[in-house]
Amino acid sequence: MSKANQAMVQKYHNDFLKEVEANVEEGNWVKMCMQCGVCSGSCPLGAAWEHPPQEIFMMIRAGKRDEVLKSESMWMCTSCYNCIVRCPRELPITHIMHGLANYAHRLGIAPKQNPTRRFAQMFWKNIASTGRVNELKLSVGLYFMDGIASGIKKGLEMLPVGLGLMKTGRLNPMGLFSSHGIKGKSDLQKMLKKAREIEDKRKQLA
Amino acid sequence: MAKKEYSFYPGCSSERKASAANYMVSVESMCKTLDIKLNEIPDWNCCGASIGYAEGGELPRHIMNARNIALSEQHNPKQDIVATCAACWLGTKETQERITHSGELLADVNSILKDAGLEYKGEPKVRHMVEVLIEDLGYDALKKPVKKPLEGIKIAGYVGCQTNRPFGVDGESFENPKYLDKLVETVGAEPVEKYDQKVTCCGGALAFSEPEKSQAQIKKIIESAYDYGAEMIVTPCPVCQMNVEVYQGQINKKYGTKFNIPVTYYSQLMAVAYGASAKEAGLDGNIVRATKLEEIAAKK
Repeated sequence: MSKANQAMVQKYHNDFLKEVEANVEEGNWVKMCMQCGVCSGSCPLGAAWEHPPQEIFMMIRAGKRDEVLKSESMWMCTSCYNCIVRCPRELPITHIMHGLANYAHRLGIAPKQNPTRRFAQMFWKNIASTGRVNELKLSVGLYFMDGIASGIKKGLEMLPVGLGLMKTGRLNPMGLFSSHGIKGKSDLQKMLKKAREIEDKRKQLA
Repeated sequence: MAKKEYSFYPGCSSERKASAANYMVSVESMCKTLDIKLNEIPDWNCCGASIGYAEGGELPRHIMNARNIALSEQHNPKQDIVATCAACWLGTKETQERITHSGELLADVNSILKDAGLEYKGEPKVRHMVEVLIEDLGYDALKKPVKKPLEGIKIAGYVGCQTNRPFGVDGESFENPKYLDKLVETVGAEPVEKYDQKVTCCGGALAFSEPEKSQAQIKKIIESAYDYGAEMIVTPCPVCQMNVEVYQGQINKKYGTKFNIPVTYYSQLMAVAYGASAKEAGLDGNIVRATKLEEIAAKK
């Protein structure tokens, strides 16, 4: 268990709702949920959630800290915003799910192997280093995240897609070696570092 | 002087040799006809996209967008920011909305931007290209330059998520937005009015990390287009375009379907209708060739 996680457990004891309200993006909305279930029924990947959003909200209030934060559920969010526009209480559900996923990840207790968590981590590294997405590096990184053998297998499966994109000028075959990006990348890196420091301090994650 | 001028945020996928490079090509052609001048925000960066939240949290994510807005205010003052990518538009607009509602966030953002000599005021409106087309020009003005109506082509308007929710286009419903159908009509093609998967999610970034779940979504989107007799799908979003187009082969293999339907951008339809060549309309960038559009583009 990470230090930050231990500190949070001690600080909030069993009041998980209070913890979520203080530390999770848009977490102060959680208590507004009236358990109608429209969000769960509107989610495109609803069937893949172990605990759909409606359930997550009740679990937060019931103090099911581990069950929520260690869940794969929030990582199924595709950011389609259907739940937000349909919620009769206008809860920013998408953002709360993103916030819970981010919080669990920052505490080091999110599911290690979850592919979306790992992909998202690679994605941020990709954009934060140069300021812009390098699509080839990102996809190759994704295929090879479980090692060389499975990477080659996945790469071969995806080869027709990649070749199609290259042939139509939509993927740079030299992308692995290119140093593209923005001129202000060192400024941007400094800004992101400072932003993270401020946020960590405020949420006591540092 | 151009009739309309905007501060332009193209986004990563619109770069040369990126997945929506052909979108950009067609937007350039469309804007030339419509006399729209796009002033690119110098040295813009990624918006953080839909999965930036996981590692980027809140403040770092908002910094990405605030930097772009501040650059736009500095270099293209008094101009609305226009994005062609749905995620870029959404991310930028979301950041602006959050900062507007939080003095603390505004102070944080400016204390960070200041080190790079930038200041966020947050004045420009953040808009998607389709908003510019239908609000600033209007369907009538979009119809006027049509030289080659796309007669006889039945097109399913796949709106998807991020131009539609949570902000959406003014006056449109979340459940059944009509703007894309109207654009299809404007260029002389036939919209598939009953297309019931028009706002279904394609899986977004999860097409990479959860391919099976996303491909099940994409299958529904394509199947419904075929069911209602569409010969082509049109979309306003680079992620929708890519997901619905490039995985057709894999879906066919898995489900035994025979999908082979072109997925184009609204701007490609417009460029062709305005008389652009196939190359100018970015049709050479479609993996599933839009042969009907190519034929019209080739006509004198």
